[in-house]
Amino acid sequence: MALAIQQLINGLTLGAVYGLIAIGYTMVYGIIGMINFAHGDIYMVSAFIAVTGFTLLASLGVSSVPLALVTVLVLSVLFTSVYGWAVERTAYRPLRGSTRLAPLISAIGMSIFLQNMVQLTQGARVKPIPPMFVGGIDLFTSEGFTVRLAYSQILIVIVTVALMSGFTYLITKTSFGRQQRACEQDRTMTALLGINVDRTISLTFMIGAALAAVAGVMVTVYYGVVDFYIGFVAGIKAFTAAVLGGVGSLPGAMLGGLIIGLIEAFWSAYLSAEYKDVATFSILILVLMFRPSGLLGRPEVEKV
Amino acid sequence: MNGVHNILNVERLSMRFGGLAAIDDLSLDVPVGKITAVIGPNGAGKTTLFNCLTGFYKPTVGSVRLNHPQRGTLLLETLPSHQVAHKAQVVRTFQNIRLFPKMTVLENLIVAQHNALQQASFFTLAGLFALPSYRRAEAAAMEKAVNWLTRLGLIEKADTAAGDLPYGTQRRIEIARALCVDPILLCLDEPAAGLNPRESAELNELLMRLARDEGISILLIEHDMSVVMKVSDHICVLNYGRKIAEGTPQEIQNDPNVIKAYLGEEDADEELHAEVAP
Repeated sequence: MALAIQQLINGLTLGAVYGLIAIGYTMVYGIIGMINFAHGDIYMVSAFIAVTGFTLLASLGVSSVPLALVTVLVLSVLFTSVYGWAVERTAYRPLRGSTRLAPLISAIGMSIFLQNMVQLTQGARVKPIPPMFVGGIDLFTSEGFTVRLAYSQILIVIVTVALMSGFTYLITKTSFGRQQRACEQDRTMTALLGINVDRTISLTFMIGAALAAVAGVMVTVYYGVVDFYIGFVAGIKAFTAAVLGGVGSLPGAMLGGLIIGLIEAFWSAYLSAEYKDVATFSILILVLMFRPSGLLGRPEVEKV
Repeated sequence: MNGVHNILNVERLSMRFGGLAAIDDLSLDVPVGKITAVIGPNGAGKTTLFNCLTGFYKPTVGSVRLNHPQRGTLLLETLPSHQVAHKAQVVRTFQNIRLFPKMTVLENLIVAQHNALQQASFFTLAGLFALPSYRRAEAAAMEKAVNWLTRLGLIEKADTAAGDLPYGTQRRIEIARALCVDPILLCLDEPAAGLNPRESAELNELLMRLARDEGISILLIEHDMSVVMKVSDHICVLNYGRKIAEGTPQEIQNDPNVIKAYLGEEDADEELHAEVAP
């Protein structure tokens, strides 16, 4: 029982992170109908920016953990959104209007490019951050097992919930949100109403990257280490989460993230930690076979 | 050719797709504050003309000059799509309706006022924090939308998803949405298609009011001759991408070239008259 509750906590934390990354996939798919395979690597870049930031602040003698965290979050969000913008501008926009496959291949190329860039400039070894976020709350002990809620987990859940509500408000209530949804439904018509579609797409990429950046900082805080390859696995898992929730659906991305996180946590605890990725990707295959529109996605109905 | 009285001058416009000239050396003046109809058999190049006006196609040859009362002469063919609506204030509707089906009717009309809102919101920042300047702009946008919905008899439908409404209603919403952009030139591609006789009569009334009361110039593609002959001040007839006649409804009804294009060589002008008669 205690183990199950511990894994529930761990799973929700992990799921929150996947959910944040999955939103980037789902938003981009919604607006331009492509899967941005470089999105996982954008997340990886943000984690590296976080490591650099934390190390820099530590060497400058900043000892206040909240101050360091807020500074790094802001820096990482800013720089990572610029990455998101640049990727769209250089790798996808020139291919708009060509075949559907072209931007997909370009995305894979961009993913490899980002990985190699970080590997070359930062080295291939695992990078740690100075331990800053240790400790937690011991909830209870039973059967010799202590259920522990780490401070970093509380942080992840609070930040994710806050971010999700802000983001939902942005999409449903603001002028930008309306413009974004209009572009999803009919880009041509949106342009003919005087809306700058290219700018909307750029902003979508930047917001997706910003959310991934928050996820990147959180993961850095949570695990304390990063390497240039984390983007690939996290990206594919977040993509699975997006597909599971229904690609194009924002609540679906969050729900899919949570489910994937929970499955991974419970699978690791009760079956096999080595094969946890097998569980995740089996789900991807099953969803694609039996419910391609996902849990919350609506199947495409062709009107005749 | 007098620029002051024409809102639009289409000059020697050609649009070729490979060997096919969809529009061939077309010159056309659209008088300001009037209703101009473009008619012609299927494939005459009418929709292609609209596509050239609104930045969809870059014309192979020729120019489309818009005489904007405040901004001077604008070359529409050089503007990107969104600037045609934003800067030149030229808006079009489509033959097959293109509303945002998952948004409510009201949202459809608010999206069309996006640029005003975006400026007031400093690119969403003020919108996020709901500052007074943004709330004022939003209230103004809402007021304009409600005004048009009321005038077009759509106000009860304001909170319904646009895609769930009947065809005739969707057509009116599309026009209402176009009006929210504050157009000086409104291009309507077959607005009467699929409307029943009552709806079609209402549309006639609306178009005439827009031109007369709001001073909006209207360019109309239409197959329904009962609409064309009733509302148009000026008619331009296209066939195979070329202009074959231009004039008032009376002149067009009696033009031998038009009768030939519509009905073939046989002297069947009575049939056109029969179709045209109200």
